[in-house]
Amino acid sequence: MSRLLGILLMVLLLYGALLASNFEDAGSIENHRNIARRTGYFGILTLGVGLLIISGGIDLSIGSVVGLSAISFGLLLEKRMSPVLAIVLVLSGTVLIGLFHGLLVTKLRLQPFIVTLCGLFIYRGLAQLAPILNFQALWANLAGFSWDQNILQGSSRDVGIGGRPDLADLRYLASGEVSGVPMILILMIGVATVATVLLHLSVYGRYLYAIGYNEQAARYAGIATDQYKILAYVWCSLMAGVGGVLLLLDLETAQPTAAGGLYELYAITGAVLGGCSLRGGQGMVAGIILGTSVLPLLRNLCIFAGIPSDLEYTVIGLALLLGTVADELLKRRAAARG
Amino acid sequence: MIPPPPLAASHSRRATPQAAKTARTTVTTLLEVRQVRKHFPGVQALQDVSLTVHVGEVLAVVGENGAGKSTLMKIMAGVQRPDAGEIVLDGQSVRFAGVGDALRQGISLIHQELNLAENLSVAANLFLGRETTWCGPLRFLSNRAMAREARVLMDRVGLDCTPDTLVEDLPPGQRQLVEIAHSLSLKARLLIMDEPTSSLTQTETDRLFQVIAALKSAGVAVVYISHRLAEVKEISDRAVVLRDGRNAGELAKEEIAHDRLVRLMVGRELQQLFQKQHKPGAAAGKPRLEVRELRYAYGAASGTSAPLSLTLKAGEVVGMAGLVGAGRTELAEALFGIRRVTSGDVLVDGRPLTIRHPRQAIAAGLLLVPEDRRHQGLVLEESILHNIGLANLDRLSFLRLVASRRETALAQEMCQRLNVRTPGLNQTVGLLSGGNQQKVVLGKWLARRPQVLIFDEPTRGIDVGAKSEIYQLIDQMAGEGVAILMISSDLEEILGMSDRVLVMHQGRVAGELSHAELTEEAIMHLATGGRAAS
Repeated sequence: MSRLLGILLMVLLLYGALLASNFEDAGSIENHRNIARRTGYFGILTLGVGLLIISGGIDLSIGSVVGLSAISFGLLLEKRMSPVLAIVLVLSGTVLIGLFHGLLVTKLRLQPFIVTLCGLFIYRGLAQLAPILNFQALWANLAGFSWDQNILQGSSRDVGIGGRPDLADLRYLASGEVSGVPMILILMIGVATVATVLLHLSVYGRYLYAIGYNEQAARYAGIATDQYKILAYVWCSLMAGVGGVLLLLDLETAQPTAAGGLYELYAITGAVLGGCSLRGGQGMVAGIILGTSVLPLLRNLCIFAGIPSDLEYTVIGLALLLGTVADELLKRRAAARG
Repeated sequence: MIPPPPLAASHSRRATPQAAKTARTTVTTLLEVRQVRKHFPGVQALQDVSLTVHVGEVLAVVGENGAGKSTLMKIMAGVQRPDAGEIVLDGQSVRFAGVGDALRQGISLIHQELNLAENLSVAANLFLGRETTWCGPLRFLSNRAMAREARVLMDRVGLDCTPDTLVEDLPPGQRQLVEIAHSLSLKARLLIMDEPTSSLTQTETDRLFQVIAALKSAGVAVVYISHRLAEVKEISDRAVVLRDGRNAGELAKEEIAHDRLVRLMVGRELQQLFQKQHKPGAAAGKPRLEVRELRYAYGAASGTSAPLSLTLKAGEVVGMAGLVGAGRTELAEALFGIRRVTSGDVLVDGRPLTIRHPRQAIAAGLLLVPEDRRHQGLVLEESILHNIGLANLDRLSFLRLVASRRETALAQEMCQRLNVRTPGLNQTVGLLSGGNQQKVVLGKWLARRPQVLIFDEPTRGIDVGAKSEIYQLIDQMAGEGVAILMISSDLEEILGMSDRVLVMHQGRVAGELSHAELTEEAIMHLATGGRAAS
């Protein structure tokens, strides 16, 4: 609880600094909307990885999954597929990815870091491959057990969904507003509600915390630990998939090499700033959301303060380091007093 | 200081003429602890404790868990500093700045969990941090010189492996010898050993005792902490008993006897501890648990156990004795679904059971109170409420949502029934005492109406008060018709609680003893493979 207050304090400080600064636009509605939009978008990804981190896992492939789902969603739309069906297909794909991670971690006992690091490369590679893959040639080759250069067609290209009026309703989800509030923030609040129920009210959450703290004891208490761990991986990848779909809807175009790049690090940073321990067992939905909002606020502050964007990563890194050091020092003081 | 007569007597009995000569002359005091106090948050660990160690003697320090033995040893070895009191070494008051300081003055503490780098060789461990080197500041290792020196040290403690053997390849008993050799290489005059035999086999223990005897005749003093009173009687020249952080008494060699030690340690008679109410003869009803020809993963990578059969009847407490490593915990793990079962049948109340995961065992009412309470029994970072809830949430939820009110009610009921002493249900389990922790583990299972309850070392690391409460509870459950299998290395407990006893040796049930046949000797005879019980 005290940690949650610490995060709240940090967020309020940043926000106060922004308002107190004498940049005219800093307090504008448009600027608030910008921050809300980024918090909403990254909140979905961070809630995804947050639950996983609480269960003691980690996912480094989030950015690549965002990229791959954005690209494949775009390709399916290019093929004139119904958007709803395309979303269902893409999200099912990300569920399979999560299942794959979870099975490797639980059944083969591989380290989550390694499994998802491999995923980071594999899915990014697939995202780059997908736009230039000729499926008809591929099937023909597979059927005839032959190899034909025609499988790859043309050179790398972006995927776009411009000029499809039937997508207007869906695009509203990603970039619209309800009486001034960005739709994506509302979506994130929806996800947060689901996460709160899962984590704080349901049996699942109880099990995830127990597994994160002490998996062996959880197993001795009769909990099917493997199932719940797999579930956490599926949830994380699914949220990354949602992030991919929203990315394409929002931007109308996605670059195979860049879409979602480094998003896993933003998500993990948000979760850690929000009080999740990478050792597992710790973290709350409220903290995760507050933690997510730190990076957009910081970025915004940098922009207004005229700090060159080349320094953005350095500032993020320093913020995380500072937060971690402060947390550790406070913990020690509490221990010394206790 | 006038040497107490028993000490002189014990010395004169020593075979070596040198030691006999020392005894005839004078007994030299090596180290003296005077009126030491130590306070930890919540506990007064030591209250005016005094102790004297003479050159070339084995002094046993005994006491229940929490009596302050470990704290006293840590203060003697410079790990911790006393709040008050002094330590006198060679007649001079000393203040150790740390372990290194105590080591330089010849005092060496060998921990229960050994401090060895297991991935390095014996020689590398012996010279860790003070390697012999050549070529000046480049500090190339002189492996051959170190191996030579290591050989000499190893011979002194009777280690017959080569100096380049990796420590991880040595059995626990020999690792202990490596630690002793290490202490000797530091010219230790006082060796403090904390429960040195807790993970040793009988042969290894005998070997350790020979080494201790040899050290003694070489003039090294040994302070020996143990729970095993038979050992204390066997090797020590004197015994100091601690109780609740105070001196409870001191016994000379010929005064050391089991019941006297226990009386000093516990402060009351042992019989009070075990009060059996249930009557197994009359109640021993239908078989609750039947195990037929069970084989499970055991020993080497893909090995399986010998087939094992046993039957537990309703309302009986069956003790399971055996040495450490006899395969008792492995059997419990196999029955509970932690360890892979390869063949055989398990029946609870006549119904055959397929167990691949604890939840199947739990569903059938076959429950385990595991050996390692802190890692297997509890989530230490979580509250009492959540720990008890964890094992019962399947029945305390609606649409997978936690029914918090029912959960709280259940935890409340369990804490009252088990007399868990805690400020509240939200107390973090890790902060409770061992006894209260074990009660929480029990609380998890009691709510599930067990049919068969397996206890693995139910009272290890628990104070006497909580022990007797847990015994009462076991007794009460047996009275209610639960079949109980009690795995224990504590022979008193086995003798005091069991209606009959199964003894395991090398993964098999070596024999069964009825209540009438139960003696410590009979158990040890079977546990050591039927060879003459010593």
